[in-house]
Amino acid sequence: MPDESTAPTPPAAEVPGELPRDRLLDAYRFMVLARTMDERCLTLQRQGRIGFYVPLQGQEAAQVGCALALAPSDWIFPAYRELAVALVRGISPKLLLDQFIGNSGDEMKGRQMPNHYGYRRFNYVTASSPVGTQITHAVGAAMAAQRRKDPIVTVCFFGDGTTSSNDFHAGLNFAGVFRTPTIFFCQNNRYAISLPLERQTHSPNLAVKATAYGFPGVVVDGMDVVSVHTAVAEARARALAGEGPTLIEAQVYRLGPHSTSDDPRRYRSDAELAEWKAKDPLARLKHDLLAQGLLEESADAGLWEAARAEVTKALAEAEATPPITPESIFDDVYASRPPALEEQRVECLRLLQEGILKP
Amino acid sequence: MTDLTLVQAVNRALHEALSTDPDVLILGEDVGVNGGVFRATEGLQKEFGSERVIDTPLSETGIVGAAVGMALYGLKPVAEIQFLDFIYPAFDQIVSEVAKFRYRSGGQYPCHVVIRTPYGGGIKGGLYHSQSSEAYFAHTAGLKVIVPSNPADAKGLLLTAIHDEDPVLFLEPKRIYRSVTGEVPDGDHRVPFGQAATVREGSDVSVFAYGAMLPQAVQAAEALSSEGVQAEVIDLRSLVPLDEKAVLASVEKTGRAVIVHEAPRFCGYGAELAALLAEKALYSLKAPVARVTGFDTPFPYALEHVYLPNAERIAHAVRTTARAS
Repeated sequence: MPDESTAPTPPAAEVPGELPRDRLLDAYRFMVLARTMDERCLTLQRQGRIGFYVPLQGQEAAQVGCALALAPSDWIFPAYRELAVALVRGISPKLLLDQFIGNSGDEMKGRQMPNHYGYRRFNYVTASSPVGTQITHAVGAAMAAQRRKDPIVTVCFFGDGTTSSNDFHAGLNFAGVFRTPTIFFCQNNRYAISLPLERQTHSPNLAVKATAYGFPGVVVDGMDVVSVHTAVAEARARALAGEGPTLIEAQVYRLGPHSTSDDPRRYRSDAELAEWKAKDPLARLKHDLLAQGLLEESADAGLWEAARAEVTKALAEAEATPPITPESIFDDVYASRPPALEEQRVECLRLLQEGILKP
Repeated sequence: MTDLTLVQAVNRALHEALSTDPDVLILGEDVGVNGGVFRATEGLQKEFGSERVIDTPLSETGIVGAAVGMALYGLKPVAEIQFLDFIYPAFDQIVSEVAKFRYRSGGQYPCHVVIRTPYGGGIKGGLYHSQSSEAYFAHTAGLKVIVPSNPADAKGLLLTAIHDEDPVLFLEPKRIYRSVTGEVPDGDHRVPFGQAATVREGSDVSVFAYGAMLPQAVQAAEALSSEGVQAEVIDLRSLVPLDEKAVLASVEKTGRAVIVHEAPRFCGYGAELAALLAEKALYSLKAPVARVTGFDTPFPYALEHVYLPNAERIAHAVRTTARAS
């Protein structure tokens, strides 16, 4: 983390309903850190230093607003675009870069593509690539929390495309039936890779789908950190009061590509992009902070510089972290290795020793 | 010891687990008030309540996905899928999530879900109430696949599954749910995974089978005994992990192998056994390995007696294998 003056404060255990003015600057710092890290990761991928990357630009306010409204004991079930949520959660850039590189510091042990991470100690569950599968998990975990009488909520992140999936329907239906303390946080960024929202659904919006499952659906301006925070805090309070789940549709725009393998110029116009760039959530919050006297123009550059320095330091450390050992691919398939798998591990080690496989 | 049918033994295992571990719960379609369409969960909701024996909406994806979330949180869910034939909506959950959670999280998130489901033919169930698709799941790293063939094993293996650290697909041979009765130990009876059982010793041919094929294989072996052919019948019980040692030791003794399963032949579980014998027991073999399996067709309704391996067909294969040189 950078020095004390610029380090944003993670969310408190007691979550207030509205984002207080003094947390606005923290929100902005997290958004700046997320944007900075995101830009660096896109460069790293182009330079071949990481294999792949899923950017979040345009979705920072939605993610930070949501994450700041949660308690550390709440369980997060992310998709693969929630960098800012992870940062608010306290997962450090170094840990994340270890994962993107797949080195020996990667707690996923080099098994997953970049962006597919999770850390039990942060109540941030390991993501997978199939879209929507985490929705039913969030519901099941909420049922378990209900059973244990733990005062927590589970929060599930997904995009507009996922609302067409099998698991979206199954998960929301279960959540309605069992009135689980779950927040379904949909970041509607208007595209599922190339498919625009109007081809994803004929519904007037995505939040309206909650009606069919018997619980509230809320549309919120996802470019506005305060609105998002309020909506999530309200949903959380309802969930903790035993009033069941909420679907929140945060309307955002994916300013970048779906992933580093995507070229969005194939499916959307420059004019559309320019229109949304003008609504950049960072510019918007900065404007508000300046207007409220919470930030000086001169201090803004310092925030960006601090974020860049933090990411640079984390990257240097991550790149200096040794690679993962090849035989580790045989760990964690099961709690302990069955004989046939142990035999394959020994075979692999022998091939490595003989130079037939390279470490 | 109590005399029980196989389905009663399943019920007793669930009862034992619910009684002794507050983290165990059951979820599935019709498992609560109705006690399951095969009555495997009969009486459990009444005794343990609707929060531990949960009737769910009709969604296999939801059942397995919710069970995953419960397991991640630390509970021990036992999900019932009403028929193996209906498990495919949850295939993504099982293959992409259940099987991979421990691995993809670097060991942070074990996912000890048990999925119980009746499988197999012989009940006039046609295409969609008869399938044996164990090979899809045995092919997936991270899952354990268990198939009991008698009441005592059904209880012992299911209790092992519920308290195992890994996810288990527990396939129950519905055709013999009630046709076999046997002595079942009371209490917390457990049968370890990865250990095949020699059901009948013999010196001439090894017959490998599991689940509802076991009684057929034993019947075949007994019939052949009078012809002077002594077949050794091995109940695999645990498809993953496989008791390789038991398979190899038997074939090293007999030099001949017949593999029996209901599932279609092509890329069926028997193909893996045959490959294992080719790799590790080729020089012990005195005859080609034979497979007695379902045909490579969908499971037929009116002609299931033609499709399903039976004692006569197994005996024919064993006889041929015993005489081959």
